[in-house]
Amino acid sequence: MSQLEIINIHKNYEGKPLLKGINLSVESGETLCLLGRSGSGKSTLLRIVAGLESADRGDLLWNGESICDVPTWQRQFGLMFQDYALFPHMNVSENVAFGLRMAGMKKVEIAPLVNEALELVNMSAFAKRQVTDLSGGEQQRIALARALAPHPRLLMLDEPLAALDRALRLELQDELRGLLHKTGIPAIYVTHDQEEAFVLGDRVAILSDGLVEQSGSPEAVYKFPKNRSVAEFLGMTNLVDGKVVATEPLQVETALGILTSSNCRMSNVKIGDQQLLLVQTTGAERPTTQDGSNRILGIVTECFFRGDDFKVTLNCCELFFEFSLSERCEVGQSITIQVPDSSVVCLET
Amino acid sequence: MKVKLSSLLWMLPAAFLFFFFLVPLGNILLVMATRSGVVSTNAIFQPLWFTIWQAALSMLLTLALGLPAAFVFARYNFAGKGVLRLLTTLPFILPTVVVAAGFTALLGPRGLVNGWLMQAFNLQNPPIAFMNTLGAILIAHVFYNTSVVIRVVGSALVQFDPRIEEAGRVLGGSPWRVFREVTLPLLRPSILVAALMVFLFDFTSFGVILLLGGPRFATLEVSIYSQTLSMLNLRMAGLLSFIQLACTIGITLLYTRLNGKRSVPLMPRLRGETVRTPKSIFEKTAVGLMVTVLVVLLVSPLAALALKSVLQTDAATQTSSLTLAYYRELFINRNDAFFYVPPAKAALNSLFYAAVTVLISVGLGLTASYALVRQRGLKRWLDPLIMLPLGTSAVTLGLGFLITFNKPPLDVSSFPLLIPLAHSLVALPFVVRTIQPALASIPASLGESAASLGASPWRVWRELELPIIRRAVMVGVIFSFTLSLGEFGATSFLARPDTPTLPVAIYRFLSQPGAMNYGQAMAMATLLMLVCALAIGLLDKLQVEGRGSVNSDL
Repeated sequence: MSQLEIINIHKNYEGKPLLKGINLSVESGETLCLLGRSGSGKSTLLRIVAGLESADRGDLLWNGESICDVPTWQRQFGLMFQDYALFPHMNVSENVAFGLRMAGMKKVEIAPLVNEALELVNMSAFAKRQVTDLSGGEQQRIALARALAPHPRLLMLDEPLAALDRALRLELQDELRGLLHKTGIPAIYVTHDQEEAFVLGDRVAILSDGLVEQSGSPEAVYKFPKNRSVAEFLGMTNLVDGKVVATEPLQVETALGILTSSNCRMSNVKIGDQQLLLVQTTGAERPTTQDGSNRILGIVTECFFRGDDFKVTLNCCELFFEFSLSERCEVGQSITIQVPDSSVVCLET
Repeated sequence: MKVKLSSLLWMLPAAFLFFFFLVPLGNILLVMATRSGVVSTNAIFQPLWFTIWQAALSMLLTLALGLPAAFVFARYNFAGKGVLRLLTTLPFILPTVVVAAGFTALLGPRGLVNGWLMQAFNLQNPPIAFMNTLGAILIAHVFYNTSVVIRVVGSALVQFDPRIEEAGRVLGGSPWRVFREVTLPLLRPSILVAALMVFLFDFTSFGVILLLGGPRFATLEVSIYSQTLSMLNLRMAGLLSFIQLACTIGITLLYTRLNGKRSVPLMPRLRGETVRTPKSIFEKTAVGLMVTVLVVLLVSPLAALALKSVLQTDAATQTSSLTLAYYRELFINRNDAFFYVPPAKAALNSLFYAAVTVLISVGLGLTASYALVRQRGLKRWLDPLIMLPLGTSAVTLGLGFLITFNKPPLDVSSFPLLIPLAHSLVALPFVVRTIQPALASIPASLGESAASLGASPWRVWRELELPIIRRAVMVGVIFSFTLSLGEFGATSFLARPDTPTLPVAIYRFLSQPGAMNYGQAMAMATLLMLVCALAIGLLDKLQVEGRGSVNSDL
């Protein structure tokens, strides 16, 4: 059974619907990443789960029981704020001890738990420091330690890495991942960064336009984005529309020619239907032979080196497609590219 | 080497403060040490003790009303909030005589409430004895200083990151515990600063005590006044002034230290993020109650004042009718009394003094601001020197002037500018605090780039600096003008019997018997109030156009 169930949550913000019926669940020990653009309502959803805001409609269940009427301070959930919200009038260990004190623990019980939490985030040496003297990364760790110290039943993290620079973000991303698995506390992790979501999440849920567009394992979401909006959100822009000309295997006639897909999870696709296809950037290569499917002809408009590969932009009949290729192409050159049938994905329209 | 003339700018304000502030202050010490006069410890400790406890009690009452009001302002949206906010700025600028006249009009023996009660219950005597009671003093102090608490604590609350409280709640803190352990400790410096400021204002309160407290209550300020003007015991007055000065400087120093600590590093929030509309019945009731109390406190005396200025009561029939007689009477010169000065003449005096005060204080304020911004080294001593009159009571200033400038041509009877000079001393700190930040905000590169484009220093000033600081200068002008119009403490020492100012005239008319005198006092106070309301409106407009806030720094 799921530990947390979010059922049909609706929320209006300044008269406009922000959440239009969110359904999600978190299993025990699982990290769920909520991915969405800013303004998609993901932070609001987190605040509703935390009890800081109330939903207009819908229910929250914890182990099957509704917690909607349980006030924030009795929910025993941990929430880590985007800007950490450390108490400026308390030092590091007082900040970490706060939740334990609220739980009614005695001083002697609190001290070892504070140390434990600080050790978990490698900040033991900072126990007596003022939080106002800490760097962004250090504050981030203290905020995490503070949220973890009372052993919350659920940990929520609201863009915990957004305020940090890229190098630090990558470092802490790995650390967080290890920590979340070590503690085994179920977690909801909110981010707008797909890479972060894929690294940290056991499951990823994409929030768009007030609804959960798609949820699943990071691989599944990446390989089979459900529709145009999910694909575009994940930065996949090679989209093309066409008419189904065959179903076994699925073949679609597009402006690029006929594309064959072995990656269609949609049932009841019929000949003559309009079908949206995504051509994934990976697995593309310049063919050495003249035969095979999914040959795409185009003029190179851009080509730059990215480290592992080259990013090539092709103009194919005024549709611009991006591919990763292993070799450099000249801008203006007309080339043919071939993608495997498994890299052509059907999307819902 | 040629000395740049502009590098000598500082000498002007410095000389002004030396001659008109430090020398009079020194003279008070001199008088205290050298003059003869009876010194009784009773005459010192009685007013000192009363000053302290009435100030402490007033402060506690003010906090009791001001703190919840600050919360309501900072956390809730309600109908008429903008108007109420504007109303709370009124006490910053309203002269004590107007407020005293307002409370007299509301609760005095001839006041509205007593009038209604007498009419309703057919009473012979006014049932509410408000005048000359401690209660009158306390209420007037609460009227004045609630705004201070709302401003100081409210601005801290508005900047307060709501996420810090939310973090406390998520970590298991109940609302009450979060308030006690998170919100309150973080607000404590601001509350202390507000409390100290209120205490200082109540400690140096003069007009309110004199006008509403009557002869039974004497603070240090009132004692200085009566020792000087009725008992002619300058030694005693000097001694009291010295004690007063020591106390106020002590409080001011403490305030400055605390104020430095006040800036707790809270993350700045988007404006309005923490503000919401009251939802639950409890919230609605609390907000409604708070708003009602504030409106009644702030509006009722002023409304009563305006009403009484146009209300004539027939003694025989006990009926009231509307009249403009009191206003008409202001312009009629009845030379039947010795030292009688028609109110219109007093108003002209006031306007003249106010205009001179604007010239002096804004002129010196500009000079001082330029000096402070251009020569960083001055900041160490010139800035505190300019601020020092803030910690000195108006009565002490008046006494200093009176004993220093006592020979022609520089004396009260032959030199008419002493009053605006004293007013300028009081206004200068505010003017500098308004203009200097605006001036300091202009980067040096702006003038340099203009100069490189061929602008002469004069053009740079006229086309770049003046437009940038114009708003601040306007605020300074309006503020010093209004301050001078309403100043009572120093003026009561310096105004000659035949050249009173408007507040002095109001005081005289209020303390004389007769319905006509009373009505004229009401009319004059109403006019003064309207001028102040106009000033507040202008200041508010200037603040809306700019973003700076004038009053929050006061």
